[in-house]
Amino acid sequence: MSTGWAASPSELLMRAATRAAGRRRSAVRRRLTLIAGLAMLGIAVAAILLAPVLVSQSPTTIDALNPLAPPLTPGHLLGTDQFGRDVLARILYGGRIDLAIAFGATIVTLVGGTIIGLVAGYLGGRWDSFLMRIVDLFFAFPFLVLVIAIIAMLGPSIFNMFVAIWITSWVAYARIMRAQTVVAKRQQYVLAARALGYGRLRVMLRHILPNVVSAVIIFSMVDAVGNIILAASLGFLGLGAQPPAPEWGTMIADGQNYILSAWWLATIPGLAVVFVGVAFSLIGDGLADILRPGDR
Amino acid sequence: MSRFGSLPRRLVHVVIVLFGITLVTFFLLRLIPGDPALAILGSSYTRARAQAIDAGLGLDRPIWSQYGLFMDRLFHGSLGFSFFYHEPTTRVILRHIPPTLFLVAYSAVLAALISLPIGFAAGLHRGRVIDQGSRVFFTLSFAMPAFWLGIIFILIFSVHVPVFPISGFGSGLIGHLYYLFLPALTIALGFSTVLVRSLRTATISTLHAEFVDTAQMKGIPWRQVLRRHVFRNAVLAVVAVYGVNLAFLISGTVLVENVFSLPGLGTLLVNSVSDRDYPVVQGVTLVFAVLIVGINLLTDVVQAALDPRVGQEIGT
Repeated sequence: MSTGWAASPSELLMRAATRAAGRRRSAVRRRLTLIAGLAMLGIAVAAILLAPVLVSQSPTTIDALNPLAPPLTPGHLLGTDQFGRDVLARILYGGRIDLAIAFGATIVTLVGGTIIGLVAGYLGGRWDSFLMRIVDLFFAFPFLVLVIAIIAMLGPSIFNMFVAIWITSWVAYARIMRAQTVVAKRQQYVLAARALGYGRLRVMLRHILPNVVSAVIIFSMVDAVGNIILAASLGFLGLGAQPPAPEWGTMIADGQNYILSAWWLATIPGLAVVFVGVAFSLIGDGLADILRPGDR
Repeated sequence: MSRFGSLPRRLVHVVIVLFGITLVTFFLLRLIPGDPALAILGSSYTRARAQAIDAGLGLDRPIWSQYGLFMDRLFHGSLGFSFFYHEPTTRVILRHIPPTLFLVAYSAVLAALISLPIGFAAGLHRGRVIDQGSRVFFTLSFAMPAFWLGIIFILIFSVHVPVFPISGFGSGLIGHLYYLFLPALTIALGFSTVLVRSLRTATISTLHAEFVDTAQMKGIPWRQVLRRHVFRNAVLAVVAVYGVNLAFLISGTVLVENVFSLPGLGTLLVNSVSDRDYPVVQGVTLVFAVLIVGINLLTDVVQAALDPRVGQEIGT
């Protein structure tokens, strides 16, 4: 296959990520990337889960006397929006939706795509070519357009956003996993396991999977960044979370209307997305360094 | 074997993919829960209107016949009738294509202008300021939602320092280039992340190639070795990355068009979702997919033209 068709964007990203890992770094610095990422993610998750303790305001309480208060106003650390709702509270409560997508959408597609890729790659034959044709087909569409089209048909809601991502996102994992499995099944240790008379399931799950799973795990971190951006994007377009529920993308969309008078409304939720995105990126880089040290 | 030897097989592949694309876009409509006519009409539902819609979409026939109708219309250049615009879907879509194509081309060029020098320099001066700096910058931009970056650009370059317009498409070539600069830059930055990374890697591995040592030993000046041997080969390696990732770029246009209110396909798609104009959604999805297939094919041809090894490859 020529590279033009063989390499999917996801694979290329993954390769780039694993190649980046090829840079020789000391063991301490390697761990540092991972620790920094985990710490950032930990802070974000803790702040979002502890929102009721951290802020006294509710994210939807309207304070008509205090609209568009700038950040650092007493009582409103990050200011208020056009209805006088506290921005910090909305960021913390709104993060629940974005992080739920980052975890919920990613884990389901990671597991589903991995199983499909593993089975297709190991069994080969008709099922393999059938599944890979489906994968090819999904890659023929721009990801975002396909997700929007599915949401258009199902109707905009948070749950349908999950469904649309589940339908479209497993293919990247399936493709990576299949490629890895096809290589692994010709390796000596797999042949040895089969020669010992182990069943297909045992060979797949106990022998192949542990040896190749690192590739999809590293990719899942890139994917999590993509999913959190996707959640915010759909919210921004009005196709995800619906008002008055706070969500980072919808907050940015609201803020765009006040861009001339209140810069913080659009800026701050975006910084929240970047913070969580960088956290996942760092975890991915750190994992790549640790899981595939030999990769150059 | 000629350098375009694998092209016929590729074309067969393209036809199969195009067929698959029509299947997916056709079945999209079946995802509508319940009665599509009810979803479209909402409160203005009457039995006569519903029957008209069913007949228009072919919903009163068996499913295989519906697909036949869909394909028949497609081959006659029809994508159905838009409920919202009250005119043929193809006409609505054609009207919205130019801004999107212009934006895609513009951002692709900008991305190349940004990432070629940076990626090459980062690969040459590995571990130095330019390498580390570009890594930090592009790690950040990878985590930035494109639409948010667009708004930040508006905030800086249209509100605080009013250099560029806040929205619109402009008129004439110069006008387009001026009006679309911020949107194109927004998309190009996101796209550059991947390009810089892969160009950097390609440069590093090309520097270690034996032909570079040979060229140096022949006494060719280092600058010339870099230009004629290293740079050329490194760029060759990223052409594939460039083509494949144009799909990302197209996703970017959907968002950025909405931020800058450009009258393109992305804006049309999102508006049609809220208008429940299903034929338009279906049509735009189809056009985007065909666009990507076209770009991929173009990438293959360009690659084969640049690198004789590609066309001769014996693959699956």
